[in-house]
Amino acid sequence: MIVELGHFALILALMVALVQSTLPLWGAHRGDGGLMALAVPAALIQLALVAASFAALTWAFVNSDFSLAVVVQNSHTEKPLIYKISGVWGNHEGSLLLWVLILAVYGAAVALFGGNLPVRLRARVLSVQGMIGVAFMLFMLLTSNPFWRLAAPPLDGQDLNPLLQDPGLAFHPPFLYLGYVGLSMAYSFAVAALIEGKVDAAWGRWVRPWTLVSWMFLTIGIGLGSWWAYYELGWGGFWFWDPVENASFMPWLLAIALLHSAIVVEKRESLKAWTILLAIMAFGFSLIGTFIVRSGVITSVHAFANDPDRGVFILMILGLFTGGALVLFALRAGAMEAKGLFSVVSRESALVANNILLAVAAFVVFIGTIWPLVAELLLGRTLSVGEPFFNAAFTPFVVGLALILPPGAMLAWKRGALERSFKALVPALVLSFALGALAYAMQSNRTALGPVGLALGAWVLFGALTDLWARTGRNGLGARVARLTRLPRSDWGKAVAHGGLGVTIFAVSAMLAWKVEDIRVVQIGETFSLGAYEVRLDDVREVKGQNYDSTMGFLTVTRNGAVVAELTPEKRFYPVAGMPTTEAAIDYSYLRDLYIVLGDRQQSGGWAVRSYIEPFANWLWGGCLLMAFGGLLSLSDRRYRVAAGAAKRTPVGVPAE
Amino acid sequence: MRAWWGRWADCPSCALALALLATPAAAVQPDEMLADPGLEARAREISRDIRCPVCQGETIDDSSAPISRDLRLIIRERLVAGDTDAEVVDYIVARYGEFVLFNPRAEGSNLILWLAGPALLLAAIAVAVAAQRRRILPEEQLTQAEEARLTEILKD
Repeated sequence: MIVELGHFALILALMVALVQSTLPLWGAHRGDGGLMALAVPAALIQLALVAASFAALTWAFVNSDFSLAVVVQNSHTEKPLIYKISGVWGNHEGSLLLWVLILAVYGAAVALFGGNLPVRLRARVLSVQGMIGVAFMLFMLLTSNPFWRLAAPPLDGQDLNPLLQDPGLAFHPPFLYLGYVGLSMAYSFAVAALIEGKVDAAWGRWVRPWTLVSWMFLTIGIGLGSWWAYYELGWGGFWFWDPVENASFMPWLLAIALLHSAIVVEKRESLKAWTILLAIMAFGFSLIGTFIVRSGVITSVHAFANDPDRGVFILMILGLFTGGALVLFALRAGAMEAKGLFSVVSRESALVANNILLAVAAFVVFIGTIWPLVAELLLGRTLSVGEPFFNAAFTPFVVGLALILPPGAMLAWKRGALERSFKALVPALVLSFALGALAYAMQSNRTALGPVGLALGAWVLFGALTDLWARTGRNGLGARVARLTRLPRSDWGKAVAHGGLGVTIFAVSAMLAWKVEDIRVVQIGETFSLGAYEVRLDDVREVKGQNYDSTMGFLTVTRNGAVVAELTPEKRFYPVAGMPTTEAAIDYSYLRDLYIVLGDRQQSGGWAVRSYIEPFANWLWGGCLLMAFGGLLSLSDRRYRVAAGAAKRTPVGVPAE
Repeated sequence: MRAWWGRWADCPSCALALALLATPAAAVQPDEMLADPGLEARAREISRDIRCPVCQGETIDDSSAPISRDLRLIIRERLVAGDTDAEVVDYIVARYGEFVLFNPRAEGSNLILWLAGPALLLAAIAVAVAAQRRRILPEEQLTQAEEARLTEILKD
């Protein structure tokens, strides 16, 4: 019964979304206040219905209702409760329901907190948001219905893929979807502005927080996925340039570009048409990502159950929404007249450079991702594009961005002076060079990657700090420190996010350049050395888990005789899914992770043991968190200013600094 | 389809492996490794760019599929026999096709792949520069029509 109610709620939600996507739009066109006002309750009711539907599916998973096909395919009575819940979105159908739920949450947020939006714009934004909802709910009900009953329910389910039974992965999809779907807000605002034929500073101010929110969630989602790959897949890799990873990476890059160009719209009323185009592209790439994951046209390690019908449907959604918006753009972009002029050396120009590098970098990832498909369909060549290509083709853009970031971020709006920002950055420059040189002298191997990465990361980090410090004025030290605490949160947000990027750049190059690896056969009781550490395999025992059997190794790591860590790597076998997994044992620390994997028992006796020292691994996740936290800081500032300063704010934007 | 495909499609456990996510790896086994650390390092370097033909986007260095082990052993055999790195890669490509190369060769139609990024970058810079020029000009001079209108107004 509950399941039927959930199913019914979903169908009702589709009906409400149909109303939401048509009547308010018509009302906005006719100037009919009643029809426009309909958008708000429609968005709220849609959320309530989708949430009820989601709750019903969750109930079915938690209570192991094996009359539902998705529950049978993805759950099992013995599965721990948290994975019963995460199983709801650990499959194609359920994850779509989560997608639609998040879409409804964003729509309701505009309805609830969009009180300061012009009525007409709000009606149009909610209408476009409703259209996306209609498309995806239709997709779900027609091709991927999670409420599909089985005529003859089995006694037990087939279990969730054991690799997905992991806390890191339980929360990876919701964050990613919060990010992907959040970009639909930027899209809806862009399309509404195109229909309206008007983009002004206020529009930039409304779009930015939504983009910031979705970028933040994408950052956390990608970071979680990368962390999961690092500890779960068993060789310490954190990024594989897999098509599905790329699918989340492209919108992330475009969201950064959009964030920065929206600043130019807000403060200088320039780059309007470009910002609109970016907003359309960013959500377009979210949809492309959806297509890549769920159509199966591109082979990837992230295989959802694939089905050509679904692929065609998503392709239609993609064509309709991106194509439609682009046609609208072609018709209306001429109306987006730029007001703020700027000279070649200015913050605006620096942000244009940022946008060019990010957009082209996203394009490089895109062409690398679809090239195997293009080559096979059009050229008859079956080939692969992987890490070496992306490393070679993508890295130059990161280097370019990192180089221009510190001086660009310090340039004045409208007309800047390069010498002034460079003068302020001399200490940062000297310090990063010195660190790079020091690393080069200290490292045991002769790669340039580590030292260059360190210097580049330090340049970005110290550049961000210099920028912050420069904002405290020219008074004495005490006054400047006092001023530092009173700086607007958006200044802090900018510095923290940029600093986080620096930390991430450093950590990625350090992990690639200075990783230590050891693969060997170890007898029980034997000791071997790993870098500066001694590792002893004490024992290997069979252990029984809740829904798996485990072979657990017991190792002691010492350094100069002192015990550093006791590690228990596992090989697990999940009998229901019939699948083995490897659980690496990791000793986390500030400067390095010790990462040990237990392999197979050897015929000679003894066990294969793979051990790694992963330098600065935590800095990578730390860098991602810093970036996301920077976004949060900036967001808290915006909300405060939008609420408090909405009335007295002049529409012209802030004067050039 | 592909030469290796038929052989592996017949094997039920491999077909099952195809349907699963990336299986966590045993990957390089101690018994495969060469005693000479220089040669072993070269073998690892090569196998990091070779794709496992039956997995979903894993390198043979990371994959636990039996064919990956075969390929790793072939690489080491060729290296011990004195091949250069390029010769080893050619040897594998001759047998398994360019599908196994994660680093697509920059030749023929692949040049599109390699040059698309730089070409778009140049184009974007050109557009930005042109837009910048256009943006500054109108403020500095009036159009002919405006000029005519101005003189007309000033005449009165």
